[in-house]
Formats: sequence, structure tokens, C-alpha cells
Amino acid sequence: MLGRLTIDALPFYSWVAMGGAAVTVLGALAVMAVITWLGAWRYLWREWLTSVDHKRIGIMYIVLALVMLLRGFVDAIMMRAQQAVALNSQGYLPADHFDQIFSSHGTIMIFFVAMPFMSGLMNLIIPLQIGARDVSFPYMNSLSLWLNAAGAALVLVSLVIGKFSTAGWSAYPPYSGIEYSPGVGVDYWSFAVLISGVGSTMTGINFIATIFKKRAPGMTLMRMPLFTWTVLTSSVLVVFAFPALTVSAALLEMDRMLGMHFFTNADGGNMMMFANLFWIWGHPEVYILILPAFGVFSHVVTTFSGKRLFGYTSLVYATTAIGILSFIVWLHHFFTMGSSANVNAFFGIMTMIIAVPTGVKVFDWLFTMYRGRIEFHSPMLWTLGFMATFVIGGMSGVLLALPPVDYLMHNTTFLVAHFHNMIIPGVLFGYLAGYQFWFPKAFGFRLNEQWGKRSFWCWIIGFYLAFMPLYVLGLLGMPRRMEHYTIAEWQPHLIVAAVGACVILLGILCLAVQLIVSIRQRDQARDLSGDPWLGRTLEWSTSSPPPVYNFAIIPRVDERDAFQEMKENGIAYERPDKYEDIYLPKNSPVGIIVGGFAFMFGFAMVWHIWWLAIACALVIVMALMVLSSEDDNEYCLTAKEVEQIENARYRDLAKAPRIILPESEEIVPGAPIQGTVR
Amino acid sequence: MNAGHSTASEGGASLPIDGRDEKAFGFWVYLMSDAIIFALLFATYIVLVENTAGGPGGKELFSLSRVFTETMLLLASSATFGMATVAMVSGDRSGVVRWLLVTFILGAAFVAMELNEFAGMIAAGAGPDRSGFLSAFFVLVGTHGLHVSAGLIGIVFMCVQVVTKGLTVPVASRLYRLGLFWHFLDIVWIAIFSVVYLPGVLDG
Amino acid sequence: MDNTHPQHVPTRSTYATGLVLAVILTAIPFAIVAFGLLPRLPALIAIAVAAIIQVSVHLRYFLHLDFKHTPHENLAALFFAGFLIFIMVIGSIWIMFDLHDRMM
Repeated sequence: MLGRLTIDALPFYSWVAMGGAAVTVLGALAVMAVITWLGAWRYLWREWLTSVDHKRIGIMYIVLALVMLLRGFVDAIMMRAQQAVALNSQGYLPADHFDQIFSSHGTIMIFFVAMPFMSGLMNLIIPLQIGARDVSFPYMNSLSLWLNAAGAALVLVSLVIGKFSTAGWSAYPPYSGIEYSPGVGVDYWSFAVLISGVGSTMTGINFIATIFKKRAPGMTLMRMPLFTWTVLTSSVLVVFAFPALTVSAALLEMDRMLGMHFFTNADGGNMMMFANLFWIWGHPEVYILILPAFGVFSHVVTTFSGKRLFGYTSLVYATTAIGILSFIVWLHHFFTMGSSANVNAFFGIMTMIIAVPTGVKVFDWLFTMYRGRIEFHSPMLWTLGFMATFVIGGMSGVLLALPPVDYLMHNTTFLVAHFHNMIIPGVLFGYLAGYQFWFPKAFGFRLNEQWGKRSFWCWIIGFYLAFMPLYVLGLLGMPRRMEHYTIAEWQPHLIVAAVGACVILLGILCLAVQLIVSIRQRDQARDLSGDPWLGRTLEWSTSSPPPVYNFAIIPRVDERDAFQEMKENGIAYERPDKYEDIYLPKNSPVGIIVGGFAFMFGFAMVWHIWWLAIACALVIVMALMVLSSEDDNEYCLTAKEVEQIENARYRDLAKAPRIILPESEEIVPGAPIQGTVR
Repeated sequence: MNAGHSTASEGGASLPIDGRDEKAFGFWVYLMSDAIIFALLFATYIVLVENTAGGPGGKELFSLSRVFTETMLLLASSATFGMATVAMVSGDRSGVVRWLLVTFILGAAFVAMELNEFAGMIAAGAGPDRSGFLSAFFVLVGTHGLHVSAGLIGIVFMCVQVVTKGLTVPVASRLYRLGLFWHFLDIVWIAIFSVVYLPGVLDG
Repeated sequence: MDNTHPQHVPTRSTYATGLVLAVILTAIPFAIVAFGLLPRLPALIAIAVAAIIQVSVHLRYFLHLDFKHTPHENLAALFFAGFLIFIMVIGSIWIMFDLHDRMM
């Protein structure tokens, strides 16, 4: 009846594991209690959970990412603490538990922090930036969100029922095969990855279609804002790379569940094929995450330097070049597999070539700042921190691209330092910059500057403290993923790294405080103009938060920095003669229903509860059939309702400091904003 | 662009059948993604094809005449789906249903033959757990078969819609996309007989 | 969406032509294998060539792709997918057989 699920699945094997489970369960209960206490279930269901509005979906993605960031960070700080004390002792974590922690840390940070954070920013901004009312497929968008959430929920549940994988976030066989990992851990990993991977693929398809088909009239490809370009490239990579992840995880499950021999030791399996397939996805994935962050940096740099972006065309070509090259370098993740010099040399050279377009981008940003009027708002600080730090990571990457060097460094903490040095400044700083930059657009008030800056300084100092010692340790020969060790020389470095993790913790706390403080002081930080930073692209031309239809009248674009041009020509806030009816998609519960059943399906597959798996699959198919045969899923917002919303918008605009409506006088670009910290 | 509320007001002349439509483009991108899945399964098959682990290889297992019949069924079904599309363009509702049913029968016959082949192999001790080669064979060919089965469900589903709703713009758009899917599976099958069956039977 | 291009309407004859060509292009490789008409390597090349031609026949007559009417973004997606399939399949085969040769 319940497959292999028994009472033994509860985590009574260690106090630490029980604590983790208790925190997870109590956290979930606390959230539910608060919602009940506020009586907000109905509101939540109607306005958010069933919403197909891209802005709300974007916000929900980012909430998911931030919650999972906490979980992933707890894993990180536990590992740092263990390694700081585990010289000649077992530390406080049993080996098996330590292995679960590094596996879930990697899985969570890549799949359930970075991916949803990216999807969140894309959802929030892309339709606004290209002058559209929504994405191409709003229902599929809601489906993507809930499939991602289902995957995240599977990883969280593994903390309470059963154990997570001990095979690392990349789950290499044969260790991840049934022979060596007979438990449910690897199954949790693969189903979480498979389910969220389907969601991500759909997001990719959705944004390719949106960017190709829904751009405002006049916005040619070479007039698209840079964030749009990077999201387009990244979506293309998602669509073409995620199949490789699907195939590798699915074949691994075929081996585990049906006794097949794709990656087994015996009977004609070839475990190296898994590494090959996994990294065909894995390398593009790095750029899937990093390119949108590059887009964010481009916007932040140009906005806070008060200048046009330097080298727009070269940035576009660099973006697409990185996108294509990212498919031709995957072997550098397994140089030591034993390929001949020709193969290793080819992939090593391709890897080094990728540094060229990346370098072009860094120079473009530097030249954008050159002789600009730089304002050091917190998004700008994250951007500057990124540039300085990322270059170090890039150089260690070029070093690792040399196969002979890689043979020395492979599987050491040098590698761990390298990829954290790419992902933390390159991805996380970028998304946090985007979060600070676009927060006023999403909610209508600015985030507190002081706490934002504190958070930045904690993050960057913590980052250097936590990861520079790992470079040294790698050179000293310390392998990654060590639960305990006997070399006294390593310990001081590991203690510094643990201190660094604590400083990062302060950075995360500052982010939380910033959010609370900003919400409490929101009335002082209202963004009435919709344009708090003197932005240059279309998302700033509408109100903050934007109306459900984004633009009452779809804008016309004749320039790259479309909104900047409108401001300069004095037509930015022109009122149209009349408004028209607007058709918008109705909310739908299908996304969250499918997500819920996908979660149950994954859970049932993990525990071999076949009847439940079949039932869930049937429900999902039925729900999708109902959704796909829906003919009339739009509602009409009449011209009159639109006019009322727009009138309120113009009343706000009239009150906004420093915005002068075109009827009276011209606008003042470049003037500082009242109430913001310089 | 708003296929949802422009139902029936437009006639057959402006049916979205040329890939210019937003949904058709999105579906096309999905097909490309699916093509990558198949490509990687092919790569896996090629890597594992020699790994028979002492078990039977393609020469002992594959039957050329069966594969040829299967191929003919699929090719014919693509053409009959095409006839359904032609009927759709001329607004011939019963023609659409008729040709879709013919397509369904051909597709179902294909799936039945494939299941029969699989059952015979498993009964002969050459199931997917026998060797790396057989795992790769079953998953590659089976994934295609699963797609065809999904297409069969889609055909039934579209027949019901054509009968109950008529050839409205959204129904035509769905039918067009199902057609893309169906023809795409034919292309995958060409690759399957050219990479799996024919080289497997070829004298070494 | 611009509808400036005239619509490319499929007809019975395009499907019939496609079917005939496809059957011929299937019959050739099957005949080569069934009757042992060619030695192994030329036979494999013949199979590959017939398959590539048949794929283009399907794209042309069943999926109605052509360079005039099909939107550019659809063609771009197709060519990019083809490019990546080439990279991934050939790359995987190169890597795995190179490894195989060194390990055996």
C-alpha cells in the first residue's frame, strides 16, 4: 500500500537531522498559522496562488528562491562549521549526514534558488521591458512556477521523510546507482530535478515566444534592452540544454527502478556517459544563470552612471557568442576522465575562448561608467562588487581550463572556490542587484538603502573570507567534500572560511531586516512616479506597481533606450485621447493543482507507491487536457475601468517629486531623487 | 493573437496553419527541445550498441519485414493526417474526423506492432535489463512509441473537439499543432530505422 | 503579427508527393540491407544519405517548411537545433569512443 515507506523513514537517527526536520515542519505550520490568523487564505488563493499575471508569478518565484536560499545557506554554514572543527575528530555531523548536506546544498542552490530567482526576475520585468501585457502563454507560466515549487517541496520533504541523496548535486553513477545507494535519496534528487526541469523548459519556451512575438511595435531585435537580450539567450539555452538533464536523470532512474544498464558497472553499462550527458546540460546551465545577471548589471550600470550603455552591439554579440560557446565546452568538467590529449586540448581551448566575450562585457561596463555620474545606490554596489570579484573567478577558471593544471586541481577545494567565485558574484549578486533595483517597480516603494549597503558589505567581505582560503586549501591539496581530516595545516584556513560564512549570514540577516524596515517605512519611500532611478527602458514608464494590464496603450519604440528617449522628447507621460477595452487571461487553479499532483507523483515514485503515482499522473493528464481545450479564458477590462485606473495613476504622478507632466513643462532628467541616499 | 475570443467570427480562410501563430511557434520550439531529447538517446544508443554483455545483439533480434511494415504504417498515417489538414482548410468537418480516425487506426496498428515486438523480445530473455545495448534500444524506441501513443490520445481528443465545437479558430490551431507533432514523430522514426534497425541487421 | 505574406496552404497533392517520395526513400535503404546489395561501409553511407534526404522531404511536404513562407524564427530554431544535435551527438561519440579506445 505504501511501497517502501515505513515509520523508519522518520529522522530519528540523529539529533541534528531531527532538528532540521522539526524546523521544516514547524516553519511550514507557522506560516499556515499566520495565514489563518490573518484570514488570508481566500485572498491568497484568489489573488496569488491561482494568478496567471506575470508580475505576481515573478514575485512568487522570488519568494520561493529566498526561502530556499535560507535552507541552502543553513546547509552551507553547517558544512563550514563541521570542517572547522573536524580535525582528527568526527565533528558534530555523522559522515552520512554530512554527505546529504553537501548534496542538498548544491541541488538547492542551483535548482531552487538560482533558477527560480532568475525566472522570477524574468517574469517580473520582461513583459514590461518589451511593452507587452503578459507573456505569450500565461497558463503555462503558472504551470512552470508550480512545477518548480513541487521540485523544491520534494527536496524539503526529504529532510523529514527519508533521507536526501549522498551522491552530490551531480549524482555521478555508479555511486548513485541502486547497488551503492539503495535508499530513497537519489530518487528524491532525480524526481526533484526532473519535475522542476520540466517547469524550467516550459519557462524557456514561454520567454522565447514572448520575446519573439510580443515586442512593442518598433522594437526591433537590436533595439531590445540588454536584459531582454540576455533572457532570450538564456531561454534558448534552457530549451536546448535541459533535455540533457532530463535524459541523464531519467536514464539514471531507469537503472535504479527497472534494473537497466545505462550507467552500471556490469552488463554493458557506461557510467562515463552519465558525466557526459549531465555536463552537456551542466555547462550551459552556468550561462543560463549568469547571462540574465549580466543583463541586470548592464541596466544598473547605465542607470546609475546616467549614461547610455557603452558598446550595446558588442554586448549583444558577446551574449550570443557566450550562449553558443557554452555548448562546446562541457568536457572541461571531466578532463580527468581519461580522454586523449586531442579531446582535452579541444575543450580546453574552447573554454579559454569563452573568456574573450566575457572580458568584452566587463570592459563595456567599465567604459559605461567612465566619465559617468556614478550614484552609489545599493544595486550599483552589488554590480561593482561583482566586477571586481568575478574577474578573479574568471582567471581561476582560465587556469582550470588548462588540462594539465586541472589534473592537479580536480576535486580539490580550489575548484569549489572557483565556481563559488563565479556563481556568487556572477549570479547571486546580479539577482540581488536586480531585486534591489526592481523592487520599487514590483511593490511601489523603495528598499531601505542603509540596510541594503550593510548587506552588500557583509556579503562581499564574507565571500572573500569564506572562499579565498579555499583556493589556498586547494593548492595545499585538500579534496572537496571532506567530512573530517587529519592535516593540522588545513584547520586555520577552514576556521577563516567558517568565519566568512558567519559574515555572509549577517548579510542575509541584513537583507531580512531591510525588507522588514522597508515595509514598515513604506510611506516615506513611495515611488509615485514609477521611475525611481531615472531609468531608461520601458518598465519604468508605467506605474509602480504596474496595473494588471501593464500598459493602457502599447508604447511605440523608435530607440534603444525607449523611455529615456520619450523623456527627452517630452512625450513620456502623454495621455492618450481615449482608452480601449483590454482582454486579460482569467486566473486558473490548474497550475497549482498540477504542481500539487506533480509533487505527490514525485513522492509516490520515490517511495514506490505505484497506485498513487498512476493516479496522480492521470489527474495531471486530465487537468492539462481541460486546460488545453479551454476556449474562452479571457476577461474584459472595459475602457472605462482602464480610464479610472489611469486617472489614479495621473493623480499620483502629479504628486510625485520632480516629475513634471508634459502639459506644463519639460522633465528634468539627471536630477537627484529626493529622499534617497547618495 | 487572442485566439480565445475571436472564435468562429472568422471563417476557414484565416485558420492559423502556417506557423506564424504565436502558439504554433511556441510548439515548434518545444519540438526542437524534444528533438534534443531524442538526439541524446540516439547518442546513448550509439555509445552502448556494442555492449551486449554476452546477450543477443541487433542481428538476432530485429526483423526487417516488421520494421518495414511499421514504417509504412507511420508514413501512411502522416499522409492521412495531411488529408485531415486539407479537409480542415476547406472547412469539411466530417472529412477531418474521418481522416483523423484513419490516422488513429494506422498509428494504433504501429503501436500494437511495436508492443508485440517488445513483448517477444522480453519473452525471449532480451528485455531492457539484459544489457546496456538492450536498455538503450528499449528506451530509445520506447520513447518514440510513447510519443506516438500520446499523439493517439491527442487525435481522439481533437476528434471530440471537432465534433462538439466545430472547426473554430482555437480548435484548428490545436489540430495544426497536433499535426506538427505527428509529422515530427515520423522524422524521428526515420532516424530510428536508419540508426537502430538497418545497421543492426547489416552484415558486419 | 504581420500577415503580409500570402498563406501557404497545403493541398492533397503535396501530401501525395511527400508520401511517394518517402516510400521510395525508405524502400532504397531497406532493399540495400535486405538483399545485401552493398558492403557495410557504403551501405551505411547510403542509409545515411537516404535518411537525410527523407528528412528534408518530410520537412518540405509534411511540415511545409520553405525559405519563402516559413517565419525566420522557426527556421532559426530548426537550424540551431540541427547545429546543437550535431555538436551533442558527434561530440558525445567522439568523447566516448576516444575514451573507449584508451581504456581497452
